[in-house]
Amino acid sequence: MKECVVLSGKGGTGKTSVLAALADLAARDHKLVLADADVDAANLELLVSPRLAERHDFVGGRVAEIDPDLCRGCELCLEVCRFGAILDGEGLRVDPVGCEGCASCFYSCPANAIEMRDRLSGQWFRSETDLGPLFHARLSPGQENSGKLVAQVKMAARLRAASEKADLLLVDGPPGIGCPAIAATSGAQLALLVAEPSVSGVHDLARILATTRHFGVPAVVCINKADINLTQTERIGEMCSREGVPLLGQIPFDPAMVETLVRLEPVTRAAGSPAAEAVRSLWEELRPRLV
Amino acid sequence: MVVTVASGKGGTGKTLVATGLADVLSGEAGSNVQLVDCDVEEPNAHLFLRPQLHRSEEVTHPVPQVDLTQCTFCGRCAQVCEFHAIAVLSGKVMVFTEMCHGCGSCARQCPEGAITEVPELLGHLEFGRAGAIAFAHGRLEVGQALATPVIRQLKARALPRAASTAMSILDAPPGNACSVVETLRGSDYAILVTEPTPFGLHDLKLAVELARDALGLPVGVIINRDGMGDAGVESFCAAAGVPVLTRLPFDRRVARAYSEGQLWTRVLPEYRSQMLEVARAVRSLTEATS
Ligand code: SF4
Ligand code: SF4
Repeated sequence: MKECVVLSGKGGTGKTSVLAALADLAARDHKLVLADADVDAANLELLVSPRLAERHDFVGGRVAEIDPDLCRGCELCLEVCRFGAILDGEGLRVDPVGCEGCASCFYSCPANAIEMRDRLSGQWFRSETDLGPLFHARLSPGQENSGKLVAQVKMAARLRAASEKADLLLVDGPPGIGCPAIAATSGAQLALLVAEPSVSGVHDLARILATTRHFGVPAVVCINKADINLTQTERIGEMCSREGVPLLGQIPFDPAMVETLVRLEPVTRAAGSPAAEAVRSLWEELRPRLV
Repeated sequence: MVVTVASGKGGTGKTLVATGLADVLSGEAGSNVQLVDCDVEEPNAHLFLRPQLHRSEEVTHPVPQVDLTQCTFCGRCAQVCEFHAIAVLSGKVMVFTEMCHGCGSCARQCPEGAITEVPELLGHLEFGRAGAIAFAHGRLEVGQALATPVIRQLKARALPRAASTAMSILDAPPGNACSVVETLRGSDYAILVTEPTPFGLHDLKLAVELARDALGLPVGVIINRDGMGDAGVESFCAAAGVPVLTRLPFDRRVARAYSEGQLWTRVLPEYRSQMLEVARAVRSLTEATS
């Protein structure tokens, strides 16, 4: 079983649409497991009509709470908290949004007035789809630890892929290069980077490429909306050959992408669509590297 | 006033709106505008504004360093670290700096005083000007996981100006997690940029839940690439009582200017008055709620 993560550095490059289209093709000949590692704003589920099968709470960390009856007002907690999360108004209290759950205050409080409580930070799910099982999650708004939730989703997906002897685990990665992207990338055998032909797209690609390299995951590139700006498409091509990264596909701008999205279908379902055709040849290039 | 441009998701036109707003406001007489790119994982606003950067600062956070001649390997540090960033083996203490939050708990709790804290580089802040626009952004070091402290430091260094600026515009990172919260905290208004598709609607709902419901900020929506997709976003806004500040049509010329790193409000001046109206609406909506 191989694991392939689809990344883009930035959102909005069409990463999820490309992944759903690839999954639609791959599922015709292979046993597939899907994971949506964009737990901040999971939306792969919109394109694969999932039927919810399991739901689990995700405890992302802990949060401090001060018992006003025990607090003697010594303000030691205020002094040790480096995140400005202890608020001093009428009595001391914890701002749960600012609290990182480090428990410094808990260990420092001479009156034992502070308790560390589990923080329910989101939920993760298993759904069944026509393409294979989908593992996805929802981080409650503003919660920390999306990296940990990503790791949780991937772990559940890998277990299922192993027990089912699936051929391929396809992971929809989160935007950015920070902790959730790192968690989505780690342990993958291949990263497919979806780039957009624009000045900022070139810049984003360079950063995500540096990240996958940092973690030793081989990368390949495809350009989405490749005909929006041919000069930038060329620059991406040059960057790929300079960096020794295979450029495996170019998908043209195609209204069918949005039309199928509105119908909540992968673009491969649109007959005669140039984008669908391009994803098909992308899959032919990817297939030997993955299965 | 401080206005954050957020979107729940990337690629909806957040940077387009933030840079466009800063540009048109800077063209107003007596204006004083600042743009702070808080997307420290992928800062992009500078590609359009092309500021002259004249100052750079490091962002570090303290990570533990253990003096093994004093350490008794009692394991207390590992026990108090909530993030499993420090492990004690026989004869060895390992620190996993990429997991460390720099909270200082281990150093404070070590009974032998064996831990000192040393700065580790998390990223850089850069400050400059793009014409009349004061500019600042941050960059997370590749391989570092913690964007929040970089954003916190960026805001702390850049926003004291906010008192003296007519408008500080923060370009938020994508998503709804901690780094977006860090950007939105303390803002006077959140502009949520979305597009009229099921993806856009899905992300907009999360963004409204975070900015308005969880953080209590006044919010308004800009619908980008209006005319493609469906009417789901419009009906949601109407039902949820979220004002639509403006609608930007799907315009290939905008996409082209953006892809070339050009400032769209310069290339296509016909959009300037539309963006100025957004700024005015935001100002009056904020005054109405404060
Ligand atoms: S708490 Fe101090 S003495 Fe104990 S293992 Fe950690 S560094 Fe060593
Ligand atoms: S500073 Fe805090 S997070 Fe870092 S190792 Fe020490 S206890 Fe853990």
